[in-house]
Amino acid sequence: MSQLSQSHLLGIRNLTTRDIELIFETADNFKSIINQPIKKVPSLRDVTVANVFFENSTRTRISFELAEKRLSADVVNFSASSSSVKKGETLLDTVNNILAMKVDMVVMRHASPGAPHFLARHIKANVINAGDGTHEHPTQALLDAYSIREKLGSVAGKKVALIGDILHSRVALSNIFALQKLGAEVMVCGPPTLLPRYVRELGVRIELSVRKALEWCDVANVLRIQLERQQLKYFPSLREYTLYYGINLQMLNSLNKRITLMHPGPINRGVELSSDAADSPHSIILDQVENGVAIRMAVLYLLANRQV
Amino acid sequence: MQKKLILDANLLDITISRLCQQLIENHGTFDHSVILGLQPRGVYLAELIQQRLLELCRKKIPLGYLDITFYRDDFRRREINKASELRIPFSLENKRVILIDDVLFTGRTVRAALDAMLAFGRPAKVELLVLIDRRYNRDLPIAPDYTGKAVNTMASQKVLVELQAQGFKQNKIWLISNP
Repeated sequence: MSQLSQSHLLGIRNLTTRDIELIFETADNFKSIINQPIKKVPSLRDVTVANVFFENSTRTRISFELAEKRLSADVVNFSASSSSVKKGETLLDTVNNILAMKVDMVVMRHASPGAPHFLARHIKANVINAGDGTHEHPTQALLDAYSIREKLGSVAGKKVALIGDILHSRVALSNIFALQKLGAEVMVCGPPTLLPRYVRELGVRIELSVRKALEWCDVANVLRIQLERQQLKYFPSLREYTLYYGINLQMLNSLNKRITLMHPGPINRGVELSSDAADSPHSIILDQVENGVAIRMAVLYLLANRQV
Repeated sequence: MQKKLILDANLLDITISRLCQQLIENHGTFDHSVILGLQPRGVYLAELIQQRLLELCRKKIPLGYLDITFYRDDFRRREINKASELRIPFSLENKRVILIDDVLFTGRTVRAALDAMLAFGRPAKVELLVLIDRRYNRDLPIAPDYTGKAVNTMASQKVLVELQAQGFKQNKIWLISNP
């Protein structure tokens, strides 16, 4: 039978390799469905999903909402900026109030690492982590790995470099877990101040030179400089960062092989990635976005079938 | 467990020929006809029918694979099998659709198939062809237009279809009863 081992998606860390493969196989089916003339299936017609976003988001939120609607779920949206959170309500109270209105699944983004884990322990609904602080962002890692599998045939044995702000990136941590579970080799690359101290213990390679990282890898996943999370000065200026760690088309063309370029978005054009590189044939950034809907449909569908 | 043979290889062959003759009677030159096999097991039968019609009237009728997993009415109520490939490389708009499955039991799969099909256009006509019709077991008002063999069964029994295309040695169809 085909079921996930979990009834929540809190992080890639909790998933088995079999779970990830099941999500990919299910996403294959949904990808063909979202390319059909009528893109909607009735699977989740008796399920209500709350999208609870305590942090800003465009892509993830639209992607989740589309995925829910294509599965025929009822959707309620909640964002912290326009809610009673401003009046001092606690996280648990907020969510319990939403659940009292008979909601079956909660998709949550929160600035505090572990917030979805806390929620999953206290409420009777499937919880999907849509990003918790600098901790994990599981659906992003799944769609990244899925896009690599689609482009290169498989993830196993591939060399993937994560380049940029590793310290503040939940995408980086989830990617490391997902890629390793699927048998890829992972490298992190960035200025020493933006590499977490204990990242070596996760069994990844560390590289300070972006040039060497590009020469080594099959896939470069470029991460955004998260200025909003940086309370200290980690590098002298954005210009200097671009000079040493920015990737442009000229660099990609000067390699003696063709690599695949990814970015989880939003791109700071001209900072970590130049426009000519982002829009080049190396880039699969827009494929990532399309795959995001299929992956999220698969996750929602598989979790809806799990009792809490 | 008791195993009773319903159709052997020889009889199955005759049955498929008869079904194809009936299709020819109704569809003539098959100008606007398409075949849809239901995943996972109806597709083997659909391929057999397509092949036989090719031999009989020298015409390859377009064949699609329809998966109904996401259209089922029992999601979250019971264990559901993994989805299979859905591949319909043509529009169903104004086509005469021949829906093919191996066994017709409660009719719920066909109900879901009718629902799934509409995502590919509005067919002019839909017909149902099944190899085995398990009579008196229907939950819904659904009846086949072409039947290989109708059998009287109890809900506790099972029909087992073994086709060479599925990797079995010989084409055989069994009725299985658990005492």
